[in-house]
Amino acid sequence: MFGNTSLTQFLFGRLTLDAIPYHETILVVTFIGVAIAGLAVLALITKYKLWGYLWHDWFTSVDHKKIGIMYIVLAIIMLLRGFSDAILMRIQQAIAFNGNEGFLPPHHYDQIFTAHGVIMIFFVAMPFVTGFMNYVVPLQIGARDVSFPFLNNFSFWMTTAGAIIIMMSLFVGEFARTGWLAYPPLSGADYSPGVGVDYYIWGLQVAGVGTTLSGINLIATIVKMRAPGMTFMKMPVFTWTALCTNILIVATFPILTATLVLLSLDRYAGTNFFTNDLGGNPMMYVNLIWIWGHPEVYILVLPAFGIFSEVVATFSSKRLFGYASMVYATCVIMILSYLVWLHHFFTMGSGASVNAFFGITTMIISIPTGAKMFNWLFTMYRGRIRYDVPMLWTVGFMVTFVIGGMTGVMLAIPPADFVLHNSLFLIAHFHNVIIGGVLFGLLAGVNYWWPKAFGFRLDAFWGKVSFWFWQIGFFFAFMPLYVLGLMGVTRRVSQFEDPSLQIWFVIAAFGAGLIAIGILAFIIQMGVSILRRDQLRDDTGDPWDGRTLEWSTSSPPPDYNFAFTPVVHDHDGWYDMKNRGYERPLGGFKPIHMPKNTGTGVILSGISIVLAFALIWYIWWLAAVSFVALIATAITHTFNYNRDFHIPAETVTATEDARSKLLADRT
Amino acid sequence: MSETHVHSANLDNEKPQFYVTEEHHPEGSTMLGFWLYLMSDCLIFAVLFATHGVLGRNYAAGPSPADLFDLPLVAINTAMLLLSSITYGFAMLQMERGAKAETLFWLGITGVFGAIFLGLELYEFAHLIHEGAGPTRSAFLSSFFTLVGTHGLHVTFGIIWLITLMVQVARRGLIAENKRRLMCLSMFWHFLDVVWIGVFSFVYLIGYIG
Repeated sequence: MFGNTSLTQFLFGRLTLDAIPYHETILVVTFIGVAIAGLAVLALITKYKLWGYLWHDWFTSVDHKKIGIMYIVLAIIMLLRGFSDAILMRIQQAIAFNGNEGFLPPHHYDQIFTAHGVIMIFFVAMPFVTGFMNYVVPLQIGARDVSFPFLNNFSFWMTTAGAIIIMMSLFVGEFARTGWLAYPPLSGADYSPGVGVDYYIWGLQVAGVGTTLSGINLIATIVKMRAPGMTFMKMPVFTWTALCTNILIVATFPILTATLVLLSLDRYAGTNFFTNDLGGNPMMYVNLIWIWGHPEVYILVLPAFGIFSEVVATFSSKRLFGYASMVYATCVIMILSYLVWLHHFFTMGSGASVNAFFGITTMIISIPTGAKMFNWLFTMYRGRIRYDVPMLWTVGFMVTFVIGGMTGVMLAIPPADFVLHNSLFLIAHFHNVIIGGVLFGLLAGVNYWWPKAFGFRLDAFWGKVSFWFWQIGFFFAFMPLYVLGLMGVTRRVSQFEDPSLQIWFVIAAFGAGLIAIGILAFIIQMGVSILRRDQLRDDTGDPWDGRTLEWSTSSPPPDYNFAFTPVVHDHDGWYDMKNRGYERPLGGFKPIHMPKNTGTGVILSGISIVLAFALIWYIWWLAAVSFVALIATAITHTFNYNRDFHIPAETVTATEDARSKLLADRT
Repeated sequence: MSETHVHSANLDNEKPQFYVTEEHHPEGSTMLGFWLYLMSDCLIFAVLFATHGVLGRNYAAGPSPADLFDLPLVAINTAMLLLSSITYGFAMLQMERGAKAETLFWLGITGVFGAIFLGLELYEFAHLIHEGAGPTRSAFLSSFFTLVGTHGLHVTFGIIWLITLMVQVARRGLIAENKRRLMCLSMFWHFLDVVWIGVFSFVYLIGYIG
């Protein structure tokens, strides 16, 4: 095109037209679908003139509630992508027998299982969990916002930027074919010379900045911003789990960052950290990545435990059984999660003593987890249980998670692990705990807190449909994998020789189909609820007879959360208030000090995407320009000292009066 | 137990205070937040130290620390960084007194010491690479360059931050926001000093005696 290769190389690095996968039918069809849907959304936004609204009220917002909702929207969109990958894999494995190669060639299949893992952990579970912590924690502790509201907005946009970088790999270039943790030497420059691993690295690095900063922000918020009277042992359990999770985030994500930096240096600068020659040691990478990776699973599951604790107490109409033991169990899990990483590679050959140590620490984790399980059961015991949708998810979790926990203890026995390592038994185990633990918790949370966020409940019928399809679909999809794993079938295989295995894969694919219906029902549930919002409306702000502070304010809460800062006397703060004759303040409001919105987070994240793209494709001039722009934008932001404003007392009075009128109209 | 307590409280018709009508101002979170950030950064260094601990003797038949390190140079370098920490301390003392010009003066001196430190480090790196002992030569050199280089990058960002803050103090004076920012940079600067003590002891000295 330019007749000058060196100039094109200078301008575009290694990006050429061949990077567009137009010969892959699946990708072309996907791209057309995404493009049409994307254009339709953009056209609708333009037609209804929503750009200004989106920009001023959402994208630039520093309100923790809006940022929390945006995190969850991101998670649900990415769930659809991650689940599409899952369905592709299940169909491929169900048909690729007896010489039939299926429809996914190995190089494509390898990208799909990598993308599935990366997306589900980093861009579904993480933003989902962070979204809930953002939304709920300040409300539960009686605060007006988080400690660092701008940082919160910036964190969200960095996470989104990471998701966009990963999604770009679908249509420009390729994704890693290495598995979700990208072990070297396979992920090194010699065996993965393409852009796939670079997309992986930069997607995670950009998102990792957001995750770490959001962790710091939430710890500071919980430690410093609690309402008067709320000592640590009066914090709601969800806030406790959020605290422990964020401590884990701050204590582990830097390790992931540093490890990926070392991998990038091997790939970009030719160093020898994880290479096979010149003194490199690939097992160093495996150790480091799991020192992050094991706490990561507790980062995901602890907030889910917190959600179950809130739900089980609320819907059993009882105080949580064993509040203190719940807190200690959470803290013990937080500490132990740091001492078990080696159980992911017993087969490395560290010797019997090391394996025994890590096997035992792993089994010990089941003790505090078991204590939690009994606490939930005893909370239900003689409670007045209401089987609303959040409670269904909770009971479903208790059954499913215990099975996953027990197979986990089996895997913790080193001799058994030598047989089961990297088999489908392992795949079944971790899906058992992540779906049955984390995902069920998140869906319980959506059903539980939706009325708080939007002022109307979710439709119960479609919620139940979604629950049952998920629950039954899960067992159909993953129990066969336990069987196959015990028969010795390994993970990450796209074609099979032994026809007797096929039936199990067909059952698993059927289960995935049921889960697909469950996801569809969840989306229908949200759609139906929005259409029927007037019938489902809740004006009280407290639709479930809740126990913690978030239920004391209106639904949705005003920008300032609480007109007057609450004073807490019990860990079920709101229940205590209701019980002891709390009366809502009706006047005497004062101006409220709030942070101002800013677009800097969006801009920084946009520049980060450009920087990552340039680094992935070796477009060095663009990398330099965008790096300088990144620093310059950040510095410019610090020259803005005018960052806050006061909500006038009249506005507060008007908002509170409107609520008084709503409450009066009810009776 | 507490159930009965609440119940009896109800009977007594005791109605405690459930909200504060005065604007509630939680104490500032910036220092705690910045400490947390420093600890997360500390973990990045921890990974690099651990990697150096594991790979630091994998010379791959190449040069070892005893062949490469010029300890007097490193000693001068260390002195520069330690002095810069002292002068930053002087700047903070002047800030407490509210003396803007003196604060800026000591911040400037701090920046100069930091720049000399970086210059010496770059000289050392250039020298090693020139001798064929670059970061690609062996796992030992990979981890050496990465650990020391990461520290150097931090100092570089510290200097950019220092200059930014000097401009802001010059423009707006020692207002509360600027004092808070100077405090954060102070913690960052001393943190880098502490990390360097680790680098000097574990990488250079212990590396040298093998």
